Amino acid sequence: MQLETIKAPGSPTEGQETFVLNLGPQHPATHGVLRVKLTMDGEYITRAEPVCGYIHRMHEKMGENRTYAQFLPNTSRIDYLSAMHYTHAFVGVVERAVGIEVPPRAEYVRVITSELNRIASHLVWFGAFLLDLGGFTPLLYAFDDREKILDLLEGITGARLTYCYYRFGGLYNDVDEAFLTGTREFVTYMRPRLDMYRELVTGNVILRKRLEGIGPISAKTCRKYGATGPVIRGSGVAHDVRKVMPYSVYSDLDFDIPVFPECDCMARYLVRMEEMAQSLRLIEQALARLPAGPFVAAKVPRVIKLPPGDYYYAVEAARGRFAVRVVSDGKEIPYRVKLRTPSFANLTLFEEASRGMMLPDALALLGSLDLVIPDIDR
Amino acid sequence: MIPSLDELHAAFKRLLPPAVSPAQAGDCGGAPTAEGTAPTPAPAAALCQIVDPKAKGYHLDATVAPDQVVAAAELLDQRGFAIDTITGVDWMAARQMEIVYDFFHLTAPLQVVVRTRVPRDKPELPTISKVFPGANWHERETHDFFGIRFLGHPDLSPLLLPEDATYHPLRKDFAGAA
Repeated sequence: MQLETIKAPGSPTEGQETFVLNLGPQHPATHGVLRVKLTMDGEYITRAEPVCGYIHRMHEKMGENRTYAQFLPNTSRIDYLSAMHYTHAFVGVVERAVGIEVPPRAEYVRVITSELNRIASHLVWFGAFLLDLGGFTPLLYAFDDREKILDLLEGITGARLTYCYYRFGGLYNDVDEAFLTGTREFVTYMRPRLDMYRELVTGNVILRKRLEGIGPISAKTCRKYGATGPVIRGSGVAHDVRKVMPYSVYSDLDFDIPVFPECDCMARYLVRMEEMAQSLRLIEQALARLPAGPFVAAKVPRVIKLPPGDYYYAVEAARGRFAVRVVSDGKEIPYRVKLRTPSFANLTLFEEASRGMMLPDALALLGSLDLVIPDIDR
Repeated sequence: MIPSLDELHAAFKRLLPPAVSPAQAGDCGGAPTAEGTAPTPAPAAALCQIVDPKAKGYHLDATVAPDQVVAAAELLDQRGFAIDTITGVDWMAARQMEIVYDFFHLTAPLQVVVRTRVPRDKPELPTISKVFPGANWHERETHDFFGIRFLGHPDLSPLLLPEDATYHPLRKDFAGAA
């Protein structure tokens, strides 16, 4: 961090002494190369200006110079903790435009793997968030649990993080008995672990004092900034793409959307903790109902061409709403691919939400947004 | 209040056609005279359509004039919509830049697309960041990638590109990419 003394024109304390504090781009609390330029009045933030783009890779341009099948692996590298959901959106938009019917077995496996991925992502957040707040141990527990998910997914996809398991019309390969047994065992194993986290961490008085009433974000602010995912559900709004505009087979499955109306960091924490339990419910049901049959559609064109026009597909990723807009001119290569990422939209409200906060509280707020930097920079 | 698709469609109809013919503000580009005088480059037939969400992923597709985007944003803001994203599409052959705004409703299954086109050699239109502050970054990004200038925007400095970037990589004539 570097210090430099300036007079900030127009700040609430104009004429008094403020200074600029650089948080990042290599700060542990930003979890990646995000820089936040903070104008400080003592311990208080008068202005927080996120500086992005350190790992900008121009995925959208890459989308314009390769075929749909060639671009698919790119989508798993945008939010590397939520790859299943991102590939789901891209195969979804192509299936929608071309009119490919996905077999039910593939859809159920997509739900199982997507929800496993969601739990794995939330476990990373859980460990890292508590690390930000000064609690080291939970990270070790969380990564232990996450390892089990990564092993399961590695068995069927061959990858531990950047899965490219969903294909146009279905899946890369069918799930095997080892995966099904392992996932059943994982659900049984994970439930008591969540209870343990509830007892050991959620009720912890230090945690509660660090989070309760801190970083309030109103439902209106979420709407005006387009914040989604656990952020808006921690502000009392039950917006979840899986319920509002259901895709895949989510409308056939029974699950609740955890909503907490307190709008503070604790509410966002509780949303994610509850979501893991709901994901387990979804996995259990999908496993019980998993139909037999093909795992990929019989008729998938060898060369994918979308009819001219534009197509949109949104999914509920671990961090919120992820959407793909593809504009096609009828060729093998997309004319335009737009990626709407949740971390980008969730970060836009940070400047407003952090105004007047103390620095350690702002770090709690930043952690409660659960940012993945490649998801912002794309 | 949960808006209905029909009410929303009617509200957009009142907004259209472009402000150049206010006498016909009650029509939705249906009148032949409105089609003849419409200054927007987009075809008048596509001004305001209810589309099949199963095929497209959204429910309403509205094409407005560049100076109507703020009014369209206000219309959706009043009905409880949130800003989803803003982006551009470079139609180089037609010498136009399309700006696409996506909005989603928080609780109702409604997804609305608002689009407009500006001349490619003078890509300017008003900002909607005063209605939706979240549009600020989306517009900044669109300026980065396409060089579209959002008039009245508080800060159009590069967001994702390097701070000294003078190029716009998503323009179809950008030759820097492999």
